Amino acid sequence: MAPVLPKRWQPASVWLLYIVGLLPAAWSFYLGATDDLGADPVKSFELLLGLWTLRFLIATLAVSPFRDLAGWNLIRYRRALGLLTFYYALMHFSVYAILDQAPMFNAILADVLKRPFIMFGMAALLLLIPLAITSNMASIRRLGKNWIRLHRLIYPIAALGALHFALSTKVLTLEQYVYIGLIVVLLLYRGVRPILRARKNERKNLRAQATERIA
Amino acid sequence: AAALAVVPSRYKVDEKLTPQKDVTTYNNFYEFGLDKGDPAALSGDFKPRPWTIAVDGMVGKPGTFDIDQLIKDFPIEERVYRMRCVEAWSMVIPWNGFPLAALLDKVEPLGSAKYVAFETVVRPEEMPGQGGYFQSLSWPYIEGLRLDEARHPLTLLAVGLYGETLPNQNGAPIRLVVPWKYGFKGIKSIVRITLTDQQPKNTWQVTNPQEYGFYANVNPEVDHPRWSQATERRIGEGGFFSSGGRRPTLPFNGYADEVASLYAGMDLRANY
Repeated sequence: MAPVLPKRWQPASVWLLYIVGLLPAAWSFYLGATDDLGADPVKSFELLLGLWTLRFLIATLAVSPFRDLAGWNLIRYRRALGLLTFYYALMHFSVYAILDQAPMFNAILADVLKRPFIMFGMAALLLLIPLAITSNMASIRRLGKNWIRLHRLIYPIAALGALHFALSTKVLTLEQYVYIGLIVVLLLYRGVRPILRARKNERKNLRAQATERIA
Repeated sequence: AAALAVVPSRYKVDEKLTPQKDVTTYNNFYEFGLDKGDPAALSGDFKPRPWTIAVDGMVGKPGTFDIDQLIKDFPIEERVYRMRCVEAWSMVIPWNGFPLAALLDKVEPLGSAKYVAFETVVRPEEMPGQGGYFQSLSWPYIEGLRLDEARHPLTLLAVGLYGETLPNQNGAPIRLVVPWKYGFKGIKSIVRITLTDQQPKNTWQVTNPQEYGFYANVNPEVDHPRWSQATERRIGEGGFFSSGGRRPTLPFNGYADEVASLYAGMDLRANY
């Protein structure tokens, strides 16, 4: 597996990912604050933040299939991609709560309790919180095997995010089919991965036996 | 868009007009695409002239009317109406048009006629949302009104806005405006009006009957399944911090005095 960048550039490239990743939100916030984000700036900003949440979620889920299937190891960017997912989800919710619905907090509560698509979105956001909190090295060391178990939460989170997106519009658009399709494929991949791994190991063992025999 | 000669009307909401730029760039017109910006961006090939509109069904004198002749025959009024979209946003629009009742009078509806059905043009070669592999709705787009709703003096056939002929993205050359109903009832680019004794199956009711009914009267007390209809965002009020936030939605979009009597005795929760 070839490294993507020379080692000394790697930490800087992670920081660059955070900066570039937050640019769409910052730029749109500036446009919205200066009345340059179209006729319905709050809605546009809310939608943009939701779409970027899904994009980073998809990128996060794509890291390990890329390594397995294409041999590209982007694992050092996965924490940043996951955290960007969380930051965008949090901003998406904040815009809904503060710019869109405020100051009617009872309206938000009623929305969450009454509407499945908002419930799914809220659940996804809440489940992201423990993942974000334990994304540091210290937590990884302290939690050990449990860290891996905890972070499998990303799979139900992805499913909830896809449902939230699917149920949020009047008709399903082509764009939605693409996003939801990618999430479904990435989740299904987790189901077939053990089978792929088992086959790979089998081949490896056979090769090893063959080499032994020749030797 | 060409200038229209318009006469004033008593139907004029005293609220700040939504800027013309927003009225003509923020549209739901799925025949041109699903994004709010698609209709303005993708309707350049649409040809709103020459255009005729057929009025048929249960009428004494069915006919086909040329759009420019209609504009000559009827005084074109300027009516400033609130427009409340089912998606919980609203505008204030200076429409130019004539009452639908004036056209209905010309064709002499029969006593048996109870409803009016409307149909949008189908031109996949000019309307990108109607062509291609992915289509959002079944065409033609259909809408309907009860005959008394159709004859109500507020019910307008608009041929323009802001003193100019309708831009393609707003439903050129002629569209329906029913200000006490959600915006999707305002069918665009109409080619046929049919008087009937059967309640028409309007497109959104067929597509998703749990969410969209036949009446679609603006009602802050009946939620859409995915959002509350109690409040609305007014379009074109500026950026994040200069907009006035949400405002309460009014029953019948503020036209209750004029139209509530049409629905006396009806359960508006069941007939949404």
